[in-house]
Amino acid sequence: MATVLVPTPLRRLTGGQSKLTVAGNNVGSLLRAVDAEYPGIADKVFDGDGNVKRFINVFLNDDEIRTLQGLNTPVGENDRVSIVPAMAGGQE
Amino acid sequence: MARINRDQLVQLAKSEIDEITTRDLKDWLSEEDVKVIDIRERDEFVQGHLPNAVFIPRGYLELQIEQSQPDRSKPVVLYCAGGVRSALAARNLKEMGYEHVYSLIGGFNSWKNAGYNFKIPTVLTEEQRIRYSRHTMLSEMGEAGQIKLLESKVLLIGAGGLGSPAALYLAAAGVGTIGIVDFDTVDASNLQRQVLHGMKDVGRPKVESAADRLRDLNPDVKVIPHREPINSENAMEIIKNYDIVLNGSDNFPTRYLVNDACQFLSKPLVDASIFMFEGQVTVYMPENNAYGYEAGPCYRCLYPDPPPPGEVPSCAEAGVLGVLPGIVGSIQAVEAIKLIIGKGEPLIGRLLMIDTLDMSFRTLNIQKDPDCPVCGTHPTVTKLIDYEQFCGLPSTRDHSHESNRDLITA
Repeated sequence: MATVLVPTPLRRLTGGQSKLTVAGNNVGSLLRAVDAEYPGIADKVFDGDGNVKRFINVFLNDDEIRTLQGLNTPVGENDRVSIVPAMAGGQE
Repeated sequence: MARINRDQLVQLAKSEIDEITTRDLKDWLSEEDVKVIDIRERDEFVQGHLPNAVFIPRGYLELQIEQSQPDRSKPVVLYCAGGVRSALAARNLKEMGYEHVYSLIGGFNSWKNAGYNFKIPTVLTEEQRIRYSRHTMLSEMGEAGQIKLLESKVLLIGAGGLGSPAALYLAAAGVGTIGIVDFDTVDASNLQRQVLHGMKDVGRPKVESAADRLRDLNPDVKVIPHREPINSENAMEIIKNYDIVLNGSDNFPTRYLVNDACQFLSKPLVDASIFMFEGQVTVYMPENNAYGYEAGPCYRCLYPDPPPPGEVPSCAEAGVLGVLPGIVGSIQAVEAIKLIIGKGEPLIGRLLMIDTLDMSFRTLNIQKDPDCPVCGTHPTVTKLIDYEQFCGLPSTRDHSHESNRDLITA
């Protein structure tokens, strides 16, 4: 089971949980599994073609998945998948 | 113990140590990086010293030499004004086990009279030496680092949540010029986190309130208020006068605008954003930057497209823990100072994620995108564009100043 780290803006979809333990062979299937349990996550993360939206980055452990094998990047036990969306706040 | 007078002591010292002529030292320095130490008093040093000489007054020499030259087998040349004090000092270093200690014959006077190059250092005033003493005692900073800070120019985008702590710490640290871009006025709901401003400032322009506070904190700091919304028309003109930019803006059009302008002008951008209990910080280091760092990714490498309007809630809608910008803005200030003094490892190509709820700090690796429209190998965006339109918002170009303000700094 790998851990998915949920960013603050998506936690309203996970009942406020910031860490989810999910089973999946690769990053894509892992995120789909999260969506099965917490509907709405996939809509937030994937675009119409099933790619990660361009204002969101997904990391396996410390590395962005585009530098690995994208959504096909294999996920092992104890791996950590982070969803990192663009945030704009600061001034107001 | 035998009693000897001063002349005999000097004779004794000179007989036990090696001396070097100014000419030999000059030739030697042109071939090798020899450690040269100026052991005179401060008032002598500030009037001129050998290029690259390290200043350690004689009273501290034995106590500090190991920091300056830890390797006792490497040569050390000491000089004073005329070659007497350095001879006495050299004898002590020999006693400490330094194998190749030389005293400069005739000292600085002889060097100067020979017509060789010397440097008149920029030094801290007496007041500055007291104010910044906790800085200058850090070997990574020293007086040289402090002078770099005093000579540096940092621009803050926004004098709000992130800009407040960043501005306060940069001013306290002695960053000599701090520019602040903000068109907003202080509101009572700002005071929960925007520590630059107080009750008496409610209703005042933030740049004015900020300038007063920073000048009160440190009179060394020149504060330049830019009370205007930053946009494609003025961004290049404003940013070009600064060394480093700290981004603390609250909207996507400004984030893309500031990123692009910094890339075009080769200015490092210390970027941060906050949301509820969570913060992100990184340093976007462009090509040909003045700090000699290899270029890293830019904002567009990380987020090629902005989210559609409304997709990502703002702090005004979702709230933000007041202390959070205190942490994140302070980290931005640390990164700026590291760049200025050239020490440590900046957050280039690393995204620091801070979650104050579980109090975790993680750094994720981020890469330069070769297809990036701004910093990639074949850039398609080569000048500033209409960023409201880019972010799917109504363009403000044809609208009045008022609507522009609402979009940029609301």
